[in-house]
Amino acid sequence: MDLRFTAEELGFAEEVRSWVRANLAHSTRDKVLNAKKLSKQDYLDWHASLNERGWIVPAWSKEHGGTGWTAIQKHLFDEVLSEEGAPEIPAFSVKMIGPVLIAFANEEQKAHYLPRIRSGEDWWCQGFSEPGSGSDLASLRTKAVLDGDHWVVNGQKTWTTMAQYADMIFCLCRTDPTAKKQMGISMLLIDMKTPGITVRPIITIDGAHEVNEVFFDDVRVPAANLVGEVNKGWDYAKFLLSHERTGIARVGRSKRELLRLKQIAQKELSDGVPLAQVPAFRDKIANLEIDLMALEISGLRMLSAAQAGKAPGAEANMLKIKGSEIQQRLTELMMEAVGPYALPFNPAARNLDWNGEPIGPDYAASFAPDYFNYRKTSIYGGSNEIQRNILAKAKLGL
Amino acid sequence: MNFDLTDTQRMLQDTAARLIRERYGFEERNRILASTDGFSREIWAVFAELGLLGVEIAEEYGGIGGDFQDLAIVLDAFGRGLVVEPFIPTVVLGAGLISAAGTPEQKETILPKVAEGQTFLALAHGEPKSRYTLAHVETKAVRSDDGYILTGAKSVVLGGDCADIFIVSARTSGATTDTDGISLFLVERGSPGVEIRAYPNVDGTRAAEVTLEGVHVKAGELLGPEGGAYPLIEQAVDRGIAAVCAEAIGVMAALNDITLDFLKTRTQFGVPIGSFQVLQHRMVDLVVAQEQATSLAILAADRANAADAKDRARAVSAAKVLVGRNGRLVGQDAIQMHGGIGITKEYTAGHYFKRLTMIDRSFGDTDHHLARFATL
Repeated sequence: MDLRFTAEELGFAEEVRSWVRANLAHSTRDKVLNAKKLSKQDYLDWHASLNERGWIVPAWSKEHGGTGWTAIQKHLFDEVLSEEGAPEIPAFSVKMIGPVLIAFANEEQKAHYLPRIRSGEDWWCQGFSEPGSGSDLASLRTKAVLDGDHWVVNGQKTWTTMAQYADMIFCLCRTDPTAKKQMGISMLLIDMKTPGITVRPIITIDGAHEVNEVFFDDVRVPAANLVGEVNKGWDYAKFLLSHERTGIARVGRSKRELLRLKQIAQKELSDGVPLAQVPAFRDKIANLEIDLMALEISGLRMLSAAQAGKAPGAEANMLKIKGSEIQQRLTELMMEAVGPYALPFNPAARNLDWNGEPIGPDYAASFAPDYFNYRKTSIYGGSNEIQRNILAKAKLGL
Repeated sequence: MNFDLTDTQRMLQDTAARLIRERYGFEERNRILASTDGFSREIWAVFAELGLLGVEIAEEYGGIGGDFQDLAIVLDAFGRGLVVEPFIPTVVLGAGLISAAGTPEQKETILPKVAEGQTFLALAHGEPKSRYTLAHVETKAVRSDDGYILTGAKSVVLGGDCADIFIVSARTSGATTDTDGISLFLVERGSPGVEIRAYPNVDGTRAAEVTLEGVHVKAGELLGPEGGAYPLIEQAVDRGIAAVCAEAIGVMAALNDITLDFLKTRTQFGVPIGSFQVLQHRMVDLVVAQEQATSLAILAADRANAADAKDRARAVSAAKVLVGRNGRLVGQDAIQMHGGIGITKEYTAGHYFKRLTMIDRSFGDTDHHLARFATL
């Protein structure tokens, strides 16, 4: 047992760090570190830089462009990128549909889509949830009917993150309405420009436009765009979700935000004393930091087991639960830290090029909106209650 | 970075687990608790025979020369068995302090006997008014012709019931809460002026109130530098914390196993109560709490002997907070999910709950360590 990183591992982290510092646009970094809005182009530029360096899909097999890094190296890579203020590359392409295609798609599909994922040419979104199918995903009703060499898709998806940017959607559709619900689902790859697709924004309570509704009205999808076998889509979805859970704890990001919280708590005064020294607030930060330390080591223990060849099991569900709770507590303490200056709603201040006079401290404008926005973390990717159901069944045998 | 056990650690784990399984069942433990000493000298001899008492003692003094992680593995197993023998007072605190600060002669005299199971030690540091403040020492040591004269009172001295040698802290200079001016002395049981009031603790371990009335100690019984013992005491207590955290992980693991088993076997309304989602989610939260605490207990064991005192303090205080907080959750919820049976003496769960609760009271509670962590 050795809880310190080896000199080689630390050397690797430094190599990544110096590369990020040399290649990440300062304006993008400033946006990430100060919770300003990122544009589609910011993401695409960073995606292109990582691709050029050969680091866009570290977890993929080497033949498809992976790096062959150890689990610890991948962890350090994610951590350094978070610390340095790199945008998080949306998971949908590189972490979700990419691995599914590598595992289940035919050669033509792999040859077509994988290079476009690596290059960033295709922006993917995820067509899983529906208005009537949230936690009970397998009850989904968007249907696809074969008509000659096309599937005709009708229905509605929702909570579709960044669909407004997307070129492609991977979509779960019901292809056998007579089968038991998990058995009649297929996965289709659909071009977002196909006639019959309508994207309607959903504005969340923080005023943000991240998620959308996507409507399908007689959308004709080439039969060749089916992933794997017909009616096997549920298996691919489960595979995809198991990939999503690792990394969902976002420890690197939370460590960075904790540091920021501490800095802000030094600046904010309460009765003339820095908030960081007021016992009630100080203790909240300390409790949060302790939980985060534990989460980080729990994640490393899982990585160490993975390195030794053990598949990540239900432990990943635990990381999701604790990781999301910690992210939420961070946003809550940020909001508390600025006191009454949490009240003013000034979304314009979240644009990096906004030159107006801030209301209160220049960092305050994002805190209340982010607090409201981050309620999503315990809901998405399988709500924390679903995570507990999985743990109860898979780990505890209940 | 890796969390794999070494071969030696795997062996220790097997040895300790087998010992608990075969020699330290619930009935056997009850017999031990009911005995005159309240612990078993016979089982202590078995610990010695298996090398468990000398895990961390240097080879030249009859030990195995292992590290704190090795010790933590033994403590985890002892937690699962709710071992009441004074392992932490004698091995972790006592032998640890002598290894850290003893003269070659002191080590030569004491450590081999600890490894062989012939000597019990206790750190007599806490006082009636000190609570968890380590620098609060009112006990006085005044120089005499050939040594020192000690006067004062030491409270809740863990393992003080049976200790052959007490490591007593006393002030050789300075005011009551100064970190400077504290010294450590080796005081033999039975020395004139030493009065011991031994008692059981609520978790089955034992302790004593120790009164010192003009106790003469020779200059050679000074342990470590005169007036400079505070860093040694802080380190010893940090090691004690890492030790109870390692033990607590074993306690939590065993208690969660018991609760989970109960959920699967207890039926009400015609079904196992573990089929109810409200209890399933609660059980999941207990296992998550155990895993999180385990992670920091591992960190604390890794840093228990760290040369950097701040690094060490951060790790052990963080672990103590989480073990306190999560231990309370695991204990209280275990009892609640069991119902009335959970608070009966004849059932196992309540005894684990008691140990977890008393661990939080030992070496600084959750609030104390949260404040320490926050101000480091």
